[in-house]
Amino acid sequence: MIINCPYCGPRDLVEFTYQGDGNRTRPQPASQDYPAWNAYIYDRLNPAGDHNEIWQHSGGCRSHLAVVRNTLTHEIKSVEFVRDHGHRKSDGHRKTGAAS
Amino acid sequence: MAEYSAFALLKNALSGNKDWKPAWRKPAPKPSYDVIIIGGGGHGLSTAYYLAKEHGITNVAVLEKGYLGSGNVGRNTTIVRSNYLLPDSIRFYEHSMKLWENLSHDLNYNVMFSQRGVLNLAHTPGQADDYIRRGNAMRLAGGDAEWLNTAEVGRFVPGLDVSGSARFPVVGGLLQPRAGTARHDAVAWGYARGADRRGVDMIENCEVIGFLREGDRIVGVQTNRGEIRAKKVGVAVAGSTGRVMKLAGIEHLPIESHVLQAFVSESLKPFVDSVVTFGAGHLYMSQSDKGGLVFGGGLDEYNTYAQRGNLPLVEEVMSEICAMFPALSRVRLLRSWGGVMDMSMDGSPIITKGPLPGMYLNSGWCYGGFKATPASGWAFAWTIAKDEPHAINAAYTLDRFSRGILIDEKGQGATPRLH
Repeated sequence: MIINCPYCGPRDLVEFTYQGDGNRTRPQPASQDYPAWNAYIYDRLNPAGDHNEIWQHSGGCRSHLAVVRNTLTHEIKSVEFVRDHGHRKSDGHRKTGAAS
Repeated sequence: MAEYSAFALLKNALSGNKDWKPAWRKPAPKPSYDVIIIGGGGHGLSTAYYLAKEHGITNVAVLEKGYLGSGNVGRNTTIVRSNYLLPDSIRFYEHSMKLWENLSHDLNYNVMFSQRGVLNLAHTPGQADDYIRRGNAMRLAGGDAEWLNTAEVGRFVPGLDVSGSARFPVVGGLLQPRAGTARHDAVAWGYARGADRRGVDMIENCEVIGFLREGDRIVGVQTNRGEIRAKKVGVAVAGSTGRVMKLAGIEHLPIESHVLQAFVSESLKPFVDSVVTFGAGHLYMSQSDKGGLVFGGGLDEYNTYAQRGNLPLVEEVMSEICAMFPALSRVRLLRSWGGVMDMSMDGSPIITKGPLPGMYLNSGWCYGGFKATPASGWAFAWTIAKDEPHAINAAYTLDRFSRGILIDEKGQGATPRLH
């Protein structure tokens, strides 16, 4: 797998660390909405198909990246900085119960 | 169908082996059953077997998308062990070990269970303390464990460098003598034959494409071979749990699907006669009867449903096997393959009634499902037959995550790729 880092360009998988499912939104730290916390920590969409996920270019620029990757073919559809991705509104794949 | 025996072997040998009958029928699906098990792998087949044998429920169908045993039951590294730390885990896997010890007789099918011992190597004093603690927990729970010092490890695994000048010096090892390996395909075939002989229908090339519902209740399945109704539907589909449960409208589960790769080398003369695991990384290795070294390591560590992995993990596993056994550095690899693992959030399985009425779920096996095959089917059959869990799987619920009673052997938290 080759991930096209927006800062460094296309780099091999070994330079990246998988940070996990990117469909989750952490509730506000003071939130006492336990179902939302539970959904954030334990529930996964685990789709067979396009998956929103977070990677870090730990062996490169160390940027956190929002990647859309197909879990059946490993084809990477898009890569962008998490900070840009995070400013967009929910894409419809976010969990119910999680803060927006 | 005839019993397999030395006499049958002799008789068929004399008649040119032309009279052997197929080990199971290939029936067309009936319109309805008492119980449907989705998934004709090890766990699904053993569930059907124990439903018939222990609970007298024989009006059962096992639905398999491909052919029986075409998934993880034929893709694992065949290791059977019960060397766990936590009481809930030990109780369950010890039960499994006891079923393994009598499995060939019980099934009248040789699963080639070989109690050759599993040795976990420790490379630091801290790791040794941790392993000794685990060994003590196993012995307290009625299992078997022995601590081997460096010299004893050297005698147990003669190919290992225990001199102290190894890249990762061996300070000792935790041995479970009753652990070992089994012929994985034979386990699937033996359970299939045993269930078939008790009247269970094994339906191959039958893919579930939807669930039949009456209100919330699951009352059967829609398949590519038509509708099949059932009072109870059990799901035992390992890495495909997410995909099958989505058909029932369950979007979120405490499970991620990951790929685990395994490897086999060219055939060698006898090199290692036990199962050895490397403590300075993640590697487990044994030698098959054909002489190939069978080994595997960790996950690729990203979500995937593809039954193939990437090369960085291959390189890591090879570097580990060479660190452990430098003598193997020139051995050529014969094959590598991957299987999809249903990684749960605490590394422990789920065997439970629900989450919908009429449905039963068996999943979250991470990459330890093979050794659990007998107990998983045994406990799942109990849960389906009696509508309540047996004591050995009572802790393996789906709501243990929200209730905060996790069974986290490694203490890794909700990071499935690290379990």
